[in-house]
Amino acid sequence: MTVGQSVPRVDALDKVIGRAKYTDDLCEKNAYTAKILHSTIANGIVKSIDVSEALNIPGVVKIVTCFDVPKFLFPTAGHPWSTDPAHQDVADRLLLTDRVRFYGDDVAAVIAETEVAAKQALEAIKVEYEAYPFVLDVQEAMKPDAPQLFDAYPNNILGHSSIRRGNYEEAIKEPGLTKFEAWYETPTVQHCHIENHICYASMEGNRITVVSSTQIPHIVRRIVGQALGIPWGDVRIVKPYIGGGFGNKQDSLYEPLCAYLTTQVGGRPVKIDVTREETFVCNRVRHAIRSHLISWVRPDGSFAARKLECYSNQGAYASHGHGIAAKGMNALPQLYPCDNMECDSYTVFTNRPVAGAMRGYGIPQAMFAAESQTDDIAIALGIDPVEYRRKYLMPAGYVDGFSKNENYFDTFNQCMDKGKKYIDFDRKFKEYQKQTGPIRKGVGCSVFWYNTGVWPISLESSSCRMVLNQDGSVQVQLAETEIGQGADTAFAQMTADALGINFNKVHVISTQDTDVTPFGTSAYASRQTYVGGFAIKQTALLLKERILKYAYELTRMPSFELDLVEGQIIRKTDGRVMISLAELATEALYSMSHSEHMTSESTYQIKSNAYSFGCCFAEVEVDIPLCKVTLVDIINVHDAGQLINPALAEAQVHGGMSMGIGYALSEQLLFDPKTGKTLNDNLLDYKLSTFVDHPHLEAQFVENFEPTSSFGTKALGEPPVCPVAPAIRNAILNATGVAINNIPMTPHILFERFKEEGLI
Amino acid sequence: MAQYKLVKCTINGKETETMVDVRASLTDMLRNDYRLTSVKKGCEVGECGACNVIIDGECFNSCIYLAIWAEGKKIQTLESLLGPGGELADIQQAFIDEAAVQCGFCTPGFIMTAVQLLETRKEYTREELRKHLAGNLCRCTGYENILNAVEKTMLRRLGKL
Ligand code: FES
Ligand code: FES
Repeated sequence: MTVGQSVPRVDALDKVIGRAKYTDDLCEKNAYTAKILHSTIANGIVKSIDVSEALNIPGVVKIVTCFDVPKFLFPTAGHPWSTDPAHQDVADRLLLTDRVRFYGDDVAAVIAETEVAAKQALEAIKVEYEAYPFVLDVQEAMKPDAPQLFDAYPNNILGHSSIRRGNYEEAIKEPGLTKFEAWYETPTVQHCHIENHICYASMEGNRITVVSSTQIPHIVRRIVGQALGIPWGDVRIVKPYIGGGFGNKQDSLYEPLCAYLTTQVGGRPVKIDVTREETFVCNRVRHAIRSHLISWVRPDGSFAARKLECYSNQGAYASHGHGIAAKGMNALPQLYPCDNMECDSYTVFTNRPVAGAMRGYGIPQAMFAAESQTDDIAIALGIDPVEYRRKYLMPAGYVDGFSKNENYFDTFNQCMDKGKKYIDFDRKFKEYQKQTGPIRKGVGCSVFWYNTGVWPISLESSSCRMVLNQDGSVQVQLAETEIGQGADTAFAQMTADALGINFNKVHVISTQDTDVTPFGTSAYASRQTYVGGFAIKQTALLLKERILKYAYELTRMPSFELDLVEGQIIRKTDGRVMISLAELATEALYSMSHSEHMTSESTYQIKSNAYSFGCCFAEVEVDIPLCKVTLVDIINVHDAGQLINPALAEAQVHGGMSMGIGYALSEQLLFDPKTGKTLNDNLLDYKLSTFVDHPHLEAQFVENFEPTSSFGTKALGEPPVCPVAPAIRNAILNATGVAINNIPMTPHILFERFKEEGLI
Repeated sequence: MAQYKLVKCTINGKETETMVDVRASLTDMLRNDYRLTSVKKGCEVGECGACNVIIDGECFNSCIYLAIWAEGKKIQTLESLLGPGGELADIQQAFIDEAAVQCGFCTPGFIMTAVQLLETRKEYTREELRKHLAGNLCRCTGYENILNAVEKTMLRRLGKL
């Protein structure tokens, strides 16, 4: 068995010797470079573009403006397509636009022989704009007199959804209730994968090939087809190794434009290599969500009624749209079941960079609001915050009516027990409450739950192909992409076990090529191991059946008395090895009497989902005069079911924790209120966690085998980021007695709050 | 108009020469002219360390080092670490063993920073190692396993592990 073993990654060797090829490494040296001209106003229209001077620059091949491109509106979100128009993503993008909606919108593109020529041409293009007033704040944008981004969305509201449970207004009349109310604010942050988005396109015959740093090749194929108004089969997308994605590359970014540009230069290769500055401004960001949470609590801490309003800043285009705010809102009633709830979430267009998918998909924002208030309530009532959670969190046996997800085990308590023990919570929490002086310590905790995949909201299916070689090894292909998380390795482990061969006999084809790779919707929603696992097991069983059927011809034993174990065909009755798979495979291919190419391919449609759970415990040291927080210790505990590869699971949790630490303490994009321009679009001014910003990151697990899953596994990719910020916030509360409801908790924020609370 | 200049230097032990655009970075020269694609580009302004190479024994962000400055220099990229028979360097093996690789895009730059650090043959504390490695950014690993890989290699080289 290799499932459950910490085998080294299948791609580690190529990555440590520099042999792994990423998009730019594959691009021909003579490819043209394309650079995009971005708007310098936040809202308005392009009246005219003068390219005459730019065209004279040596090396400039062609300039395409917003007035030249086809007018097929297309959606960009990396969702499975829906054949039901009511469930399709909003089609609101053009390849280039004359109706500018944020500072950085795409208005023209230069194709040149060199990067320098392309850059010079960008500077020489003259654009005349008519600027409109713009709006950056989500609630300002909802006001009747606010600038409107789209006629079809009055008050800029892209989506509104609500939950009504019981009777909130009646429930709050119950005598003896205490009201807790606060606004929670989370920032706009960016994914900051180290490889920026890059793609290049060229033509063969009448078809366009785009090689792209994307998470979602099959989805991008459809979107390129839609954007160019060409049959989807005329598009081929190739996805090599990518340098991280985290959701940003779960959108179609510049593939459609790049595909169009190659058609404008006779199918010659054209490359769009996005700069770091463009990654920050012109790709996708995480939704900043402002939440207003009111809880009416009985003296024992139980909830009589709760009200939640979420305002999610969509930026200028719909991308993943309202799904993110809706998902965040829906987390609360399941996390802390309460009979009387009124929840509303709004996703609102503003003239800011476009928000899309990012690791956690609305849950980090929701957990910040929910879990901050949990501590405020527990502390006000004099109840230990962990004990409070034990009493009121989603209990074991809970079933969600919509997803049918079930909390099969006592997972929350198991996770919190581990976290508490590691950080020595009980002792420290009490001790730290009594501190005085300028430097104070604190501990805090937070929990979360997360779904695995997108069923029942969208399609969940995965397809797999296996091909047997002469030596008994197999190639495995799935559309589910390796984006750094270790999917290829997990797939190889699952294949080895499901088929009955050794791990080193499995060759996962890492590159997805939509001409060759079976169809699938790829990497998002922490779905890969769960969803891929079904397709792998089913396909392996089909291949095994074929192998054993052939084995009958060679061994004269009935196939149902045979099995495939570690690459040997054995007789089940006595365990004798009858023939090796390698011998059988060679014979099958070259047999003069019965030659057969052994392959299998199948699609598995998944109609289930699984709750993934966990918690974070953090310890901080707060320097009150300096308003500075130092993270001293931190642990995440996850129940992601059976771990396919514990070492990789742990590594993935570290990465999510790191992203959570940045979210809590330092990361945010800032916008100039006068122009709408993004102010800190680089890795110096945008404070992503560095090596020195972390203490040791402790990752632990509770492995409750998920009953719905073919390998007992469930979501782990996104969950680690979800509980971190509120745990740190609650640790600061324990240290100082001050509740901070805005992240990132920078010295600026702390200074204001400490002043308000009389600490400084 | 573009101006070109001949740059002669030693790259991974081999004497080389090529004409480069005087505005080109060393990253561009190594990637485009020599196809040394381990030299990655994450920002091209000296913020992330993905492009790190060793020049005359010292680690640099090659994206903010002009190609023409390489004249007469000895340059080492990740490609140089592999032995003639394909043997991995200890630090490369450690990155595999410690699960310090995820998307792998920061890996070449990190390994080159580590190589220079390890060649000092000094024993650093974990905190010192963090400081020395802080010029490289990684979004996947939280740095934890990278630290373990570098520390273990250091201790092994010093005979302490
Ligand atoms: S690419 Fe050179 S430091 Fe980022
Ligand atoms: S492994 Fe992905 S950036 Fe470091």
